[in-house]
Amino acid sequence: MSKEFVRQMALDPDHFERRQGLMGRMHLDPWLLLLLLGVMGFGLVVLFSASENSAATVEAQLIRMGVAFVVMLFFAQIDPLLYRRWSPLLYLAGTLALVAVMFFGVESGGAQRWLNIPGVTRFQPSELMKIGVPLMTAWYLSKQHIPPRTMAILGTVVLIAVPSALIANQPDLGTALLVAASGLFVLFLAGLSWKLITAMVMLAGLSAPAVWLYGMRDYQKERILTLLNPGSDPLGAGWNITQSKTAIGSGGMHGKGWGESTQASLDFLPESHTDFIVAVLAEEFGFIGVTILLTLYALIVIRGLFIASAAQSSFSRLLAGGITLTFFIYVLVNVSMVSGLAPVVGVPLPLVSFGGTSIVTLMVGFGILMAIHTHRRMLES
Amino acid sequence: MHWGTLRDTVQEKQLFQGRAFVATLGVVVITLLLLGRFYYLQVIAHETYTTMSDRNRVQVQPVSPTRGLIYDRNGVLLAENRPVFSLTILPERVDDMKALLEDIQKIVDVREEDIENFRRRVKERRRPFKAVALRYHLTEAEIARLAVNRHRLPGVETDARLVRYYPYGKLTSHVLGYVGRINQQDMQRLDPVRYAGTHYTGKTGLERVYEDELHGNVGYQNVETNARGRVMRVLQREDPEPGRDLAINLDIRLQHIAKQAMDGRRGAIVAINPKTGGILAQVSTPGFNTNKFVTGIDHESYARLRDSKDTPLFNRATRGQYPPGSTVKPFLAIAGLDSDTVTRSRVVHDPGYYQLPNSSQVFRNWKRGGHGDTTLSDAISLSSDTYFYDMAHEMGVTLMADYLGRFGFGAPAALDVRNERAGILPTPEWKRRVQGEVWYPGDSVNMGIGQGYFLATPMQLAAATSVLASRGDRLAPRHLRSVNGELPAHHLLPDLVRPPLELDRESDWDYVIDAMVDVVHSSEGTARGINRGLEYKMAGKTGTSQVFSLDGGEYEEDELKERMKDHGLFIAFAPAEDPEIAVSVLVENGGSGSSSAAPVARQVVDAWINGFPEVMTKQAIPGAMQESELPDE
Repeated sequence: MSKEFVRQMALDPDHFERRQGLMGRMHLDPWLLLLLLGVMGFGLVVLFSASENSAATVEAQLIRMGVAFVVMLFFAQIDPLLYRRWSPLLYLAGTLALVAVMFFGVESGGAQRWLNIPGVTRFQPSELMKIGVPLMTAWYLSKQHIPPRTMAILGTVVLIAVPSALIANQPDLGTALLVAASGLFVLFLAGLSWKLITAMVMLAGLSAPAVWLYGMRDYQKERILTLLNPGSDPLGAGWNITQSKTAIGSGGMHGKGWGESTQASLDFLPESHTDFIVAVLAEEFGFIGVTILLTLYALIVIRGLFIASAAQSSFSRLLAGGITLTFFIYVLVNVSMVSGLAPVVGVPLPLVSFGGTSIVTLMVGFGILMAIHTHRRMLES
Repeated sequence: MHWGTLRDTVQEKQLFQGRAFVATLGVVVITLLLLGRFYYLQVIAHETYTTMSDRNRVQVQPVSPTRGLIYDRNGVLLAENRPVFSLTILPERVDDMKALLEDIQKIVDVREEDIENFRRRVKERRRPFKAVALRYHLTEAEIARLAVNRHRLPGVETDARLVRYYPYGKLTSHVLGYVGRINQQDMQRLDPVRYAGTHYTGKTGLERVYEDELHGNVGYQNVETNARGRVMRVLQREDPEPGRDLAINLDIRLQHIAKQAMDGRRGAIVAINPKTGGILAQVSTPGFNTNKFVTGIDHESYARLRDSKDTPLFNRATRGQYPPGSTVKPFLAIAGLDSDTVTRSRVVHDPGYYQLPNSSQVFRNWKRGGHGDTTLSDAISLSSDTYFYDMAHEMGVTLMADYLGRFGFGAPAALDVRNERAGILPTPEWKRRVQGEVWYPGDSVNMGIGQGYFLATPMQLAAATSVLASRGDRLAPRHLRSVNGELPAHHLLPDLVRPPLELDRESDWDYVIDAMVDVVHSSEGTARGINRGLEYKMAGKTGTSQVFSLDGGEYEEDELKERMKDHGLFIAFAPAEDPEIAVSVLVENGGSGSSSAAPVARQVVDAWINGFPEVMTKQAIPGAMQESELPDE
């Protein structure tokens, strides 16, 4: 059997199975869709009160969600083989774009992250690499022996390190770490040996003091110090953490009720409708609301990992798993930050925080997940 | 190759599923850990964070009491509180003050001086999170513009505040005084708790004297504020206790007539009810618009007032010390008769001058050629200086000072006038102490006609006239009439019982008063010029006090510059048999008292005895209120 044959079979609609119902014909996974809509719906409810009952904000977010949904629908239609074929090119283009940012990037807020294509658009190549890196590492590792051997591991590390370093250089350490994580998850799922994993964790632990001394900028150190002791400067650097913890804590078990958040409505909580929106949710809907949200997230991740496990090729599995775990790491970083467990980094709460780019990128990922799940070949069954 | 790939695929899938299982486990564990964190914050530490959240938003604010109002004797409002909108800034919420001020200047009219004052107030000691005023008296349009731009001006508020307003501004300036912003100096004297929410305090006049009554007591409220310090709502409130309303004895109509009678000249008028001591009118001209002082007068306007030759800020009625001149004669006449220094039948020849025995010094009479043979009664009605020179010499300074002291000279007269001056009642001890010289017989002679070292305020003159009018009752002049409609408590107005001035012969009073009636009503009286059409009996006495001594030489009034002219004085009371009003009038550099001061007294007494013109209702006086400008002018 040649590869050509497989491809022809895959492209022939008659050879597809499990094409039942509307969902199947649209290449959608009903479970994943339901969970995503659940989180986004909850998010809109919270956003309304977090933006001080601004219907305009909710409307804008709704439009973005609609756009993101269409994007997801589009990516769900694409056959995984196509993703596989285009992976190296996308990765290369993304990396080149990152290099271009270094030279021609538009500066905003002290960092050079944007690339302007005159007359067309303006975009962040780092956002592209959130998908590009898992695609590339999945492509690369799926072509190697699995579990990966030393050379393959080194190759993967290089593939991850290059874009991450470019992003860190912008500087955008938060995104760089997330991009790196997305690649490392693929490596982990590909079967990186536990010995190596243990070794890497220990190495990271040992190098922490060196990173602190030489690798980190002052503002980054300050954020970590603030995390450890927010009371040291409650009106300055510690303000965000203190106010956010106050919002969460004062919510109690049942919350103050929808629209009753005093921390957000009286402006004590900064970024209440973007990065810190989970604090508003916690204040208004209490521990019960937080439990519902985190459960929804966990179910999305579990569904994603299920889709990955059920996928037919190594590439699809690694890609689906990498995308899913990256999604979870976003949730983890944001929620840890807002609840005072991690330093303040600009990571929005996935699907809930107000903002366009992040939601579209995420939905591209979920579109790919659905594509993987719904484009199945008879061969494997 | 193909088979190998296929076998690898199964193995790979199993490997992946193992890893995915580990990942799922990791996700579940991490989610549970996150939930644990939220459980800790929301359930275990809930109380702590609720407290923090409340402390964030709830602040205790003092609520200033409404200042008591001041009415005249007929219930005409003399001092009220009007809402004024000001622009305040909470400095704690402003990151870039310079940029904010520039922003504000685009919206409302803010002068450099306002900014200067604002900066000064910010630097002053104040409670944190207490807004500081930048501009007062915002117009409607400015309030609207601020409301529109409010969201982008953190820490900026428009604040409606009741601010003192004096509808009769100039007319009442020296009586009521004014309130002003509490400054550092005031803070040392005021109770910081009671004044926690207060911005103004009485600075001068009755506003200062009765500050305690007018101020009231502070209240408190719990308010919910947002992160920028803006008050969102009131959660709980303990009302302040408003200040008490005062009514004073003044009749604003009489005050107005008195001021009109001055006709723009400098001087003072004090009118007292001899039966109660109530001050019916107390005028010092020129006055000034007290409203300008309430929110802080600008430098130029203040400098203009301060440096004016006419000294409008100076209260001539209670702080102006003048030689009383011949107005002192009736009091000395009582002294002379009661001390048996002179008798009613005694006759003194007045050649137009007086010489002490064994002295070449000549004391001139105001009338060249003199009055010929004069009795004490003649000496009063014609105002013979020679008779009183002689009597003063006979009586001696100690006896004179003793009697004059009993009429109230040499000590502040009124009960509730702030910073009233005592004048000078000279004695040999006083001269030795202050001048370092012995008392010459000539000093006594000069004192006999109210010249020399002797100085009195218009208030003292009116008080002494009131003693005379009531034939010895010594009721201290007072402004306060009632507090919240009730008689003032004892601590406010001690019923200062000064023993009445009792004479050995009660008839001496009538003798002197009759002579004073002659001053006005007799064809030879010095104040005969004002008796036309007088339907009641007025007792009076003219006086002319020299601004500086013109030793012996001839002098022609016209040639002297206006400021060198004599002060004209007049004291009077009426009706002579049962007096209802006693007045003293001083016209600075007015020339003789008979021509300058006496007509003023006539108008004032006429109004009181005959009634006020119809147009003057009890509630509003045409012309008088318009005179006081609006505060923002």
